[in-house]
Amino acid sequence: MSLQNGKAKNWMQDPGMEPMLGRALGNFRQSVHAWSEAVYSRPRSMPRVTAHRSWRLAAGWALGCVLAMGSLAGGLYERHHRHVIAKIKADQETRQQQLATERSASIADEDLLADVDSDVSRAVPAAMEPLAQLMDGGDAGQ
Amino acid sequence: MAAGTAVKPMMAEAAEVLAAEEFARIVESHRPQIFRFLLASTRDIDLAETLTQECFLKAHRNWSHFRGDSSPMTWLMRIAINLQKDHWRNRRLQFWRHTQTNAVDLDEASEWLPSGERTAEQQILAREQVGKVWKAVQGLSDRQRTVFLLRYIEDQELSDIARATGLSEGTVKAHLSRALQKVRAELGGGR
Repeated sequence: MSLQNGKAKNWMQDPGMEPMLGRALGNFRQSVHAWSEAVYSRPRSMPRVTAHRSWRLAAGWALGCVLAMGSLAGGLYERHHRHVIAKIKADQETRQQQLATERSASIADEDLLADVDSDVSRAVPAAMEPLAQLMDGGDAGQ
Repeated sequence: MAAGTAVKPMMAEAAEVLAAEEFARIVESHRPQIFRFLLASTRDIDLAETLTQECFLKAHRNWSHFRGDSSPMTWLMRIAINLQKDHWRNRRLQFWRHTQTNAVDLDEASEWLPSGERTAEQQILAREQVGKVWKAVQGLSDRQRTVFLLRYIEDQELSDIARATGLSEGTVKAHLSRALQKVRAELGGGR
């Protein structure tokens, strides 16, 4: 690798380039060339840094994905939970309604039977009262 | 006819291989210079390495468009200067995201000096001068710094600097003159 350290400096002959300034610029040039050459020749640390950064990036993405998945799963679970509770409530209400309907139906049946009884049974006329008493007494005697 | 159609892809392939080989040669010969210019401009080793990589990546993408109007070095230097400009522009816009800088401080940058055949006293004097030039370079505008580094670090001709920076030769001379004034003043020989 050549960094052209030995190349002739064409600016040394520039008009107005006084010796002191020329020397300072020459030293500056040599210094930058030496620094650059030393840095350029050393083993590169760049891939390691990049790998480290990419590892961090991957970890960040993974964590982000886990959080996103977690919140999504949580949301879905919450939604499912609410759905189940709503279904149970609806079932309970339906059952209660059925029970109420059945109860009201049975009450209606009893009322109907009572009405039938009252309609079918006849009051015994007064003239037939002794006979009825005899029948009751006969039944008792038997 | 069939032979002709078979020859054409082969020629295209061969041209591609030649172009790739030529580009590889250019990377090998010019990469150290581009890196050195970017290192001197930024004083940031990691940034200089990143920008050098980007420079050659961009050059590779556009290699087929390089018409040879200027030398490959001038063309590459132009890409490097533009990348550097873009970097600083983005950095200024996103200052809240990049608050820290990895730039080496001036004293550390001044430490680098080949011993050569100098005495210890001459070494100290030279190091002191280098430190002062670095200080002056830090105070230059972006354009002045670019022009100054291309001239006094990369030994480029004024015409090449003009082509690489997209400035006229007159403007390059004016920037150089102002930059030298500041360096002189820093060295204590202001006039």
